[in-house]
Amino acid sequence: MNIIVCIKRVPLTQEVDLEVDELKKGVKKDALAYVINDWDNYAVEEAVLLQEKFGGTVTAITIGDEDDEEILRRALAMGADKSIRIEPGERELDGFVISKILAKTIRDLEYDLILTGVQADDDNAAMVGTMLAEELGLSHAAVVTGMEPEGSDAIIRVELEGGMDEVSKIKLPSLLTIQTGINEPRYVSIMGIRKARKKELVVINVEDLGLSEDDLAQRTMIEEVFLPPETEGAEMIEGDPSSVASQIIQIIKEKGVSI
Amino acid sequence: MGEIFVVVEHRKGEIREITFEMLFKARELCQTSSHNLTAILLGGKNSGFVDDLAKWADRVIAFEDNRLEIFNADLYKEILDRLIREHTPFLTLMGHTSWGMDLAPALSIRTGLPLATDCVDIQTEDGRPMVFRQIYSGKLFSKVSFKESPGYLITVRPGAFLPPDDVEESQGKVVRQELPAGLTEPKKEFIEFVDTGAGDIDIAQAELLVSIGRGVGEEENIATIRELADLMGATLSCSRPVVDKNWLPKFHQVGTSGKSVKPKVYLAFGISGAFQHVAGITGAGTVIAINKDRKAPIFRVADYGIADDLFKIADSLKEKLGNG
Ligand SMILES: Cc1cc2nc3c(=O)[nH]c(=O)nc-3n(C[C@H](O)[C@H](O)[C@H](O)COP(=O)(O)OP(=O)(O)OC[C@H]3O[C@@H](n4cnc5c(N)ncnc54)[C@H](O)[C@@H]3O)c2cc1C
Ligand SMILES: Cc1cc2nc3c(=O)[nH]c(=O)nc-3n(C[C@H](O)[C@H](O)[C@H](O)COP(=O)(O)OP(=O)(O)OC[C@H]3O[C@@H](n4cnc5c(N)ncnc54)[C@H](O)[C@@H]3O)c2cc1C
Repeated sequence: MNIIVCIKRVPLTQEVDLEVDELKKGVKKDALAYVINDWDNYAVEEAVLLQEKFGGTVTAITIGDEDDEEILRRALAMGADKSIRIEPGERELDGFVISKILAKTIRDLEYDLILTGVQADDDNAAMVGTMLAEELGLSHAAVVTGMEPEGSDAIIRVELEGGMDEVSKIKLPSLLTIQTGINEPRYVSIMGIRKARKKELVVINVEDLGLSEDDLAQRTMIEEVFLPPETEGAEMIEGDPSSVASQIIQIIKEKGVSI
Repeated sequence: MGEIFVVVEHRKGEIREITFEMLFKARELCQTSSHNLTAILLGGKNSGFVDDLAKWADRVIAFEDNRLEIFNADLYKEILDRLIREHTPFLTLMGHTSWGMDLAPALSIRTGLPLATDCVDIQTEDGRPMVFRQIYSGKLFSKVSFKESPGYLITVRPGAFLPPDDVEESQGKVVRQELPAGLTEPKKEFIEFVDTGAGDIDIAQAELLVSIGRGVGEEENIATIRELADLMGATLSCSRPVVDKNWLPKFHQVGTSGKSVKPKVYLAFGISGAFQHVAGITGAGTVIAINKDRKAPIFRVADYGIADDLFKIADSLKEKLGNG
């Protein structure tokens, strides 16, 4: 089973005071630490698990700059065989353009399955996956929590709202967007990443893919990024832990819970 | 004058809440921009949904066929594509739900219409839609415009537009349509629904919940919060990453893909406040959040906030309760 997995490098933003950049179109990124998108980490693991069971190759792909190669090497260390980075240069991308670039890159590769994450942790769009599927004319399912190949089909589990899964049978080749928790991603050591340097990492410039200007034209534009409006938020309880604890206990009791 | 389409979402014989939220928002947009509101129902035979929908829209276009009883992206996108080409609606709204995430991006490619997902507000400026989204899990907002197009697709965040109880009823016209001939054989086939929420305890029944998020850091640390919950006589619940890592079983999970809870008091330890989590605690009486990031989105929805290390607060609580 040949598998392609699309991955994105995203900034860690919990416990960080995000600042809007001068153009008001994004955040100041210089001080941020980056990781592989959590959903994509599960997707890589799923690809590698399937390959270990059924053979074939795993190819990891990202659209990004040289720094983003870090997550390709990480995927290679987890067990992917090859990797591709597409250099977007100075182009502005939206989910549509990203799916066009990925589709053009993947079209001539051999694959039975394409995995993406459900969503990227930064822009939270959850759109690239099934856009790419439609570009390539593939069957697709979003928010997948289980996958078991069965001949030319696969039995999949899709997570719905409210503690409910939907089990269905889907024809391969297929594109699945992978939900967190589908597996337990393996640990990657620094040694492992170093060894993975020997594996293939191909760089393609987006201008060499032969996409038309229309394909590379954004369909949605960020006009402005801003801090959330100051609405009535929580009443903050300040003070040392001991006095805070007393106040919490008092509030709980006031609300009619006996503790 | 154009049209706004709302794609009806339903499951197991019930219209999902998100449908009414979209209809409510769409109606408001129709009033300010004099569009017509059309609910698009792709449902099973005699779904029983049509009358309800007619109260919310100017028109209901209903395809009722047993092949449509359960959502299938392949069939839905083919029918919607034809319908959109025929009517060229100004906006087509879908839910930002599991099904919407499967359907909308594919439909965008199929129709060639631009898509913005997970929108928390929709406005129109100079005849074009302008949407608002949250990025970085709600730490920032973004205002997004579209490339000019005959129509636009938008997925709407559940809970973003809550209709009041006294919405004025419409008397929408019902247009029933047959499934078009020559539909492509779907590539996906439904087998069954499986309940994943059941377990030893039902967090939805608890009066007091002590809930932990990824901020708890490591599996070993759960014991200390469990002790606190026991001392308080509280039930332990959690956010999704805690379940994903197998630190607690799924029946502890609060949120859109877990349970909706309604305790008198909900204590959130190290939970950032992503919408999928917060959607599960709208029924809570009082929310107290402890998070060391003063900018965490959870503080925008909590009643009380403590910007501190969760372990310090937990230890102090334990000390006080242990001595009491
Ligand atoms: C280099 C760069 C420049 C950008 N510039 C702009 C801009 O100028 N204006 C603007 O509006 N937005 C810009 N964006 C953000 C862009 O809008 C979003 O990345 C896009 O809408 C996709 O949404 P998402 O990242 O939330 O992906 P989602 O649709 O949430 O991602 C789902 C899945 O798609 C795959 N995927 C997503 N991105 C990539 C990628 N880069 N490579 C490989 N796989 C991927 C992953 O598997 C991911 O889990 C830029 C992004 C990048 C990476
Ligand atoms: C389709 C779909 C369905 C989903 N369903 C759900 C769902 O049902 N329920 C759910 O919860 N999520 C759900 N999610 C995931 C959701 O988007 C978030 O990723 C998740 O809620 C984040 O969990 P968290 O707040 O525990 O972790 P994080 O977002 O990582 O937040 C951890 C927080 O802990 C704080 N922290 C860290 N250390 C400390 C410390 N020592 N003391 C105090 N604070 C600390 C940090 O500041 C941070 O704010 C879903 C996502 C998708 C795409």
